[in-house]
Amino acid sequence: MINEIINMNGYGIYVWSSFAFTLFSFISLYVITKIQYVKERNKFLIKFGALNSERAKVAKSQTINKEILSSPQNI
Amino acid sequence: MFKLPEPNQIFLITSKAPKYVLILFVIVLSIGLLEALILSPEDYKQGHSVRIMYVHVPAAWISLGIFSAMTFLSLSGYIFKNKNFFLIAKSLAPSGLVFNIIALVTGSIWGKPTWGTWWAWDSRVTSMLILALFYIMYLIAWRIYEDKDYVLKITTIITVLGIVNVPIIKYSVDWWNTLHQPASINILSKSAIHISMLFPLLIMTAAFALFSLLIFLMKYNTELIKIKNKGLDRL
Repeated sequence: MINEIINMNGYGIYVWSSFAFTLFSFISLYVITKIQYVKERNKFLIKFGALNSERAKVAKSQTINKEILSSPQNI
Repeated sequence: MFKLPEPNQIFLITSKAPKYVLILFVIVLSIGLLEALILSPEDYKQGHSVRIMYVHVPAAWISLGIFSAMTFLSLSGYIFKNKNFFLIAKSLAPSGLVFNIIALVTGSIWGKPTWGTWWAWDSRVTSMLILALFYIMYLIAWRIYEDKDYVLKITTIITVLGIVNVPIIKYSVDWWNTLHQPASINILSKSAIHISMLFPLLIMTAAFALFSLLIFLMKYNTELIKIKNKGLDRL
């Protein structure tokens, strides 16, 4: 049964490599996109931390800024 | 006429949605893989190699769909003078390119046992390769041009030129003698595919669509934070 699923009458190498390539592409794209997101968010936090209290108050009044600050693990 | 949602309002949804989309994607993909690799029957002619269809076809469909959406969004950006449309189009492009590459690579792997070769300059294969080049040009344009108005113009031109290739991809198997088989699924007439194969194909298509939605959401959020970073510089 297991051998049949792996071999697929000689087509196993083609089928499994197609699925493996697809999953590898998915994981790579997900990881790259996630790294870019974390990098930009960290940059935002550093810049936000460097603002003086008056500017931070102005920046915090904007909806997107509030969302970025309040949802660190949103992905 | 009607008010388009602001990025502020969109971000409230897009910042929370990815984790739910990821969970749904994993569930649908697991069902799809079980159906595609184990439960679905083998083809009477192609044997088990037909299972490659469950990744090849959805990837091709979605890459074509994403490019069409990018063209529509880029043109809408000009019509409605709304830069958010361009941002959505830009966020869709990476997953569109990856699906295009998956369609080409899995098609090449499928070609070996069915056509006896890894690659043929067949009209369907070549037109898909041209689409990948348009995706690459689009993404490079966003990277190399600094002038914002210029990049919007260039990327729109690339999508408009590239969209001409989409009907060529679709009808290439009807217009020319090709190695590639004609479409088995027709919306307007009876499909040539049995329900036992159609079901896993649709499940895998749903899984791939969810993945492209996930990547789009993550990319769109990243782009909005990038804009906000520039905003903080100006404060």
